[in-house]
Amino acid sequence: MTLAEKLIARAAGRTTVRPGEVVTAAVDLAMIHDSGGPRRVEPILKRLGVGLWDRDRVVLISDHYIPGDDPDGAAILRLTRDWAQAHGVTFHDGHGICHVVLPERGHVAPGRFIVGGDSHSPTGGAFGAYMFGVGATEMAGVLATGEIWIRVPETIRLDWQGALPRGVVAKDMILAMCGRLGMDGGRYQAVEYTGPAIRALGMQERMTLSNMAAELGAQAGLIAPDEITAAYVAAAGGEAGDWADWQGDAGAVVAERHDFDAATLAPQVAAPHSPANASDVGDQAGQALDVVYIGACTGAKYVDLRAAAEILRGHRPAKGVQILVAPASVRDQARAEAEGIMAVFEAAGAQILPNACGICAGYGSARLGADIRCLSTTARNFKGRMGDASARVWLASPYTAAASAIEGRIADPRNHLEGA
Amino acid sequence: MGRVWRLGDNIDTDALAPGRFMHRPIAELAAHCLIDVAPDFAAGAGVGDVIVAGRNFGMGSSREQAAQALKIRGLQGVVAESFAGIFHRNAINLGLPVFTILSGTLPEAGAEATLDAGAARLRHAGGEVLLDPLPDFLIEMIRDGGLVPHLEKRLAREGRR
Ligand code: SF4
Repeated sequence: MTLAEKLIARAAGRTTVRPGEVVTAAVDLAMIHDSGGPRRVEPILKRLGVGLWDRDRVVLISDHYIPGDDPDGAAILRLTRDWAQAHGVTFHDGHGICHVVLPERGHVAPGRFIVGGDSHSPTGGAFGAYMFGVGATEMAGVLATGEIWIRVPETIRLDWQGALPRGVVAKDMILAMCGRLGMDGGRYQAVEYTGPAIRALGMQERMTLSNMAAELGAQAGLIAPDEITAAYVAAAGGEAGDWADWQGDAGAVVAERHDFDAATLAPQVAAPHSPANASDVGDQAGQALDVVYIGACTGAKYVDLRAAAEILRGHRPAKGVQILVAPASVRDQARAEAEGIMAVFEAAGAQILPNACGICAGYGSARLGADIRCLSTTARNFKGRMGDASARVWLASPYTAAASAIEGRIADPRNHLEGA
Repeated sequence: MGRVWRLGDNIDTDALAPGRFMHRPIAELAAHCLIDVAPDFAAGAGVGDVIVAGRNFGMGSSREQAAQALKIRGLQGVVAESFAGIFHRNAINLGLPVFTILSGTLPEAGAEATLDAGAARLRHAGGEVLLDPLPDFLIEMIRDGGLVPHLEKRLAREGRR
């Protein structure tokens, strides 16, 4: 069996499953946030007339409407907090973006079957957990029963040989995959990232790949756990116990396999208005910019902040360019602070925003105005998502973001790094 | 029993629930279902009819209205060579029968046909199409009208409400 099949079989209480088969899985953990969570599920739970199946298996995270500085956001946060109190669930209030906070606080571990009320829930797959996103109605069903039906997916293997060159990171890998496979290449099946270039990545980099399995149109984005996974989970206070068991069988049948070479990969940039418009940075170099946004679950974790600061240290953005930084979690920001990374952004005149989704979700006062040209480290550049419909957003890595801020136009980060 | 509507590959959610009607009431959206790719369907499909389609039916966005539009028109269901994953999920959760074709002679457009969800068969004058069966609990969910009504019944049965 593939890793996906093993994870689903375990959750379904079966010894084997085959792709296409529909089974009922027991959910180990349900994650919800302030936008799609309490305000949307509570009316359905009311209609069903029941409470939570197991409050100890529900994690609520406020991230979309933080800091709640407008009346609508404040009201949603109030409702979210009241609900958390009433139901006694684990609540991370203002700790950061859900997909980063969930593993950071030890809630994700290899072998688990987890559903999330957000489309980037495949992030949990980076830990060898089967995690996928559902809408509010299905989430209400999960919260009421602890179960969900699932059609066993085929596995699409995305194999990365070689080693990444300097200045090229996970975001470039996933953008390259979006460019090659397109936004429906994943066919709502499970993708599994394999190969030495994947093994070489740290957990936060792996999370970027799994997160954007959503942009490949996959249901899940898995990476088989290894010592790196186990060490992260243990440090986060989770239980990685049987991680070595969660590997696909050598002879397991996959539906498709796509091969990539890390060694020849150039930094990638996705042009407006789709992640699938990704190609080598040279194709977009020179595009003038107004805003550089270093934010979101895929682009402002500790490793992302560190990469951006490596290039930005001792530099200012070009005239007329504004840098916005929204560190993905309180902990990541604290670590960046301790290592002098936040000081680099401050010295560069960057505006530091709350540890929240912010303009990635189209919320907050920093939203992009009319005709703004923005380079962003987020996952999606759909028309109008981050602000006005006339704004144009390019997606790239934090390295490319920092180099582009300095030059005031889309730039190749390798020209700003020693040894690249 | 109803009439068969034959459709091709890659019928997408924009065709099923056209963006320009997405902000309108669901009945109006449903009236324009497939208007751009099969205007006859939009004008004439009704209660008991069944769609027989090709590969990747329901591809595109996750909008539930794509399945809801077909459900509201009263279709018996959709049988297709394959389905896009999210559409398949949404359809069952909304109580719309969706089945993958295994084998058999497909009916002509306009033929009378009956979809037997329990037996996983599409019966028509020219023969029978064998469908990939859905497990009993999903058939029950579909009969109950979708996930929420199904859970209402189930939780009542279990004495939880
Ligand atoms: S940061 Fe953006 S992509 Fe991540 S959860 Fe928030 S809105 Fe979604």
